[in-house]
Amino acid sequence: MKEIALYIHIPFCKQKCLYCDFPSFCNLEPLMDDYIEALGNELRTFKDKNIIKTIFIGGGTPTYLNLKSLIALKKIISELRIDKDAEFTIEGNPGTFTEEKLKVLKSMGVNRLSIGLQAVQDTLLKKLGRIHSYEDFTKSYNLARNLGFDNINIDLMFGLPGQTMEMWCETLETVIRLSPEHLSCYSLILEEGTAFYKLYSEEDLPSEDNVLKMYADTKKLLKENSYYQYEISNFSKMGFQCKHNLVYWDLNSYIGVGSSAHSYYKGVRYRNEANVKKYIENIKNNESVIVEKYNNTIEDDMEEFMFLGLRKIQGISLEEFKKRFKKDIYDVYGDVINKYKKDKLIIENLGRMRLSGRGIEISNYILSDFIIKS
Amino acid sequence: MQSNREKYIRNFCIVAHIDHGKSTLADRLLEKTGTLTKREMEEQVLDNMDLERERGITIKSQAARLVYKGKDGHEYIFNLIDTPGHVDFNYEVSRSLTACEGAILIVDATQGIQAQTLANCYLALDHGLEVLPVINKIDLPSARPEEIKKQIEDVIGIEAGEAPLISAKTGLNIEDVLEAVIEKIPAPTGDEEAPLKALIFDSYYDGYKGVISYIRVMDGVVRAGTKIKLMATKKEFLVIEVGIFSPAYLPVKELRAGDVGYITASMRDVRDAHVGDTITEVSRPTSEALEGYRPAIPMVFCGIYPIDGAKYGELKDALEKLQVNDAALSFEPETSLALGFGFRCGFLGLLHMEIIQERVEREFNLDIITTAPSVIYKITKTDGTLLEITNPTNLPDFSEIDFMEEPVVKSSIITPSEYVGTIMELCQNRRGTFIDMQYIETTRVVLNYKIPLNEIIYDFFDVLKSKSRGYASFDYELDGYAIAKLVKLDILLNGDVVDALSMIVPEESAYHKGRAIAEKLKGIIPRQMFEVPIQAAVGAKVIARETVKALRKDVLAKCYGGDISRKKKLLSKQKEGKKRMRQVGNVEIPQEAFMSILKVD
Repeated sequence: MKEIALYIHIPFCKQKCLYCDFPSFCNLEPLMDDYIEALGNELRTFKDKNIIKTIFIGGGTPTYLNLKSLIALKKIISELRIDKDAEFTIEGNPGTFTEEKLKVLKSMGVNRLSIGLQAVQDTLLKKLGRIHSYEDFTKSYNLARNLGFDNINIDLMFGLPGQTMEMWCETLETVIRLSPEHLSCYSLILEEGTAFYKLYSEEDLPSEDNVLKMYADTKKLLKENSYYQYEISNFSKMGFQCKHNLVYWDLNSYIGVGSSAHSYYKGVRYRNEANVKKYIENIKNNESVIVEKYNNTIEDDMEEFMFLGLRKIQGISLEEFKKRFKKDIYDVYGDVINKYKKDKLIIENLGRMRLSGRGIEISNYILSDFIIKS
Repeated sequence: MQSNREKYIRNFCIVAHIDHGKSTLADRLLEKTGTLTKREMEEQVLDNMDLERERGITIKSQAARLVYKGKDGHEYIFNLIDTPGHVDFNYEVSRSLTACEGAILIVDATQGIQAQTLANCYLALDHGLEVLPVINKIDLPSARPEEIKKQIEDVIGIEAGEAPLISAKTGLNIEDVLEAVIEKIPAPTGDEEAPLKALIFDSYYDGYKGVISYIRVMDGVVRAGTKIKLMATKKEFLVIEVGIFSPAYLPVKELRAGDVGYITASMRDVRDAHVGDTITEVSRPTSEALEGYRPAIPMVFCGIYPIDGAKYGELKDALEKLQVNDAALSFEPETSLALGFGFRCGFLGLLHMEIIQERVEREFNLDIITTAPSVIYKITKTDGTLLEITNPTNLPDFSEIDFMEEPVVKSSIITPSEYVGTIMELCQNRRGTFIDMQYIETTRVVLNYKIPLNEIIYDFFDVLKSKSRGYASFDYELDGYAIAKLVKLDILLNGDVVDALSMIVPEESAYHKGRAIAEKLKGIIPRQMFEVPIQAAVGAKVIARETVKALRKDVLAKCYGGDISRKKKLLSKQKEGKKRMRQVGNVEIPQEAFMSILKVD
């Protein structure tokens, strides 16, 4: 029986964080009910026989859904064929947690929470445009633990405007003390179209060297506290890697439903309508919500296998490359690999290939060489 | 003895300053004489290259035969030769002029005499042609024909009282031009009975017909089957076809004294149809050849290298093919430590260079790097030997040089008087020496300056235009060599001289240029895996220094969800950027770097 990963997108947010460039929207609350209904209908169109091994409800702010919608969502989930040991994650914002909602989530089968904290300093949280304080987070976190959620991830950000090395260390140490199972640490990127992009330029952010140091401190501190880095930005206690995200980095198949969702299914990449209203309408009219469809060629797959796979600390397996693509990796990427091996940016060991520590720091520069086509 | 037939032939060309209406008039003449029906007319028919159309300029000469029934009732044959209008292509103009007896000089009724009006007019007069002034664009509200007529008489010194006043755009008074041609332009005076004597004024290689020679028959007759001899090369050929330009190639029975047309013969190599050569008949050769031409002298040089070294052969092929119909293009193999194997190419001017570059990229689909344009420098060494170099890397060691000379041009700039000050400043900044200044009208001035050629080969024209809000016009001609204090400015990357970035610059601006170039390169050269020191040096002395910091961080922290295509686009873009790089030693340099060093001021 083949397995499949499922992603569900919830595009609603209470407020738009100033750095965010995800497909999320505020002031669309009236559409919540219709949206969930549309989601259900979209899911029903999938005749996939595979059993669902991981579910990830992401956003936006999935926990911003009102109770009624959450219950409706629960009903939809119950119609799916889910593996009994499936990993079921939902993303949440500390400003939107309530005991009732969490209980519904638990009954839905959610066994993993991913909470966006970003920083422990309220001043920084305000600067980011977050809707919660650190205290709100502590309350939500404790609530979750008390209700029995035993697989929790916390999202953090470094390289923020006005953030010093000490502030970042403080955030890390504070969070480590809470002992979540998983930590995601992202460095800020000024994305076009966001408020941050207009407000700040590179000079307002910590220097390149400082950001690199923050990253180095992160790795060190987390390692000392038994968090193992398994991907460029992801750390976890033993056994608590995010199975769903690994699907992406391993270039395995997944189905995405909801507005803006992406799928990679049977070698074809799909993208859904981003406009929430239009998404709902199309589903209502039995029309397709797919706005982009692309058949990956074998080159596309090889490229993606490499630039996604090398994000993992353990890198990729040469054997697997050969099995999947029927070619020796050196026949395809020999020159590139040797060039970077020479500079000690790529390390090959025991049938696996990975980026070295320095390689990770300039990973984009290296990974772009794995693009075959022009 | 002029035959009766010749009395009714007129051979002429049209010369003018850019955009004064040369090609439009040619179109109208074709139309008016029924040579092409309105439907057959494509806007400006005689410009047949895409590039020409795009840039709105004529590059190659073309010819057309028109038939016109004059007011006197006689049928006249007009051979119209369309000539290039850009200063770079004076050479092409010259060749066509020799095939004519007269030249129509178009002057824009609103703009009046411009730099090339003068230049082309003098060129025509120098060739002994009768110049017939025609005043165009009289339909415009700002037209002042009477003033312009007077200007022509005063400044050029030819009669303009009866000049036709026309609008080529609307077709107004075109017939007046045709009548004036009959009246004012002399008929050819060759002898049909005399031995064949014909001038090759252009040649063209056509895929089907082979080598086509454009000829003007001075004396005698030529037809298919004639055995001809080319007097300079002494080669003999059998004529296969003779024809006229309708404007398309149209075979006829024969071409006689006074005619303009073409012949194809058993020539396989276009170099056999040597422009300027005289064609005569084997069985009855003429005693004296016509005065030939000097070959075109290239003025501007640059290095052209394939980005992909493996495409060297293709580049060579492309240049050879372009040279077939462009005798003014010269090239020879060259190597650069930085760029590998390429060619040093010679052009008539900057426009010529740009056009060739564009054609190589477009018609032959080659990605090329071009180095900064340079001129021919004359070096006298301390041991007395004289060198001519076009490539800065061939400059001998400073200790061996006695003195250096650079080419200088005499330039004439016509400008409204309010810009005289800033233009004089511009010329002075370019090491120009003032010759003189004349008023054409109360509001317009001709400025004559002697300026080193290398100061104008890059962007002088553009800067001139912008400083005069587009009103100034500019013409130049080579005026020998002048002693100059020049030095070689070297650029070092990572401690190594990059030969392709070397430039010869005047000593007085070496520091300024060196600093500016180093700074410019710092912004262009992407960060590499290691620090890259950039240095500008003259001889052993480093005069400027910049550093490109090593790449420290280039990582995408987040890779959320399934939006793989976005991440891929980013990486693909980076990859694309890398492709445009050229590895020079350890450093990756984008191709723009080589030309960018010029854009410093």
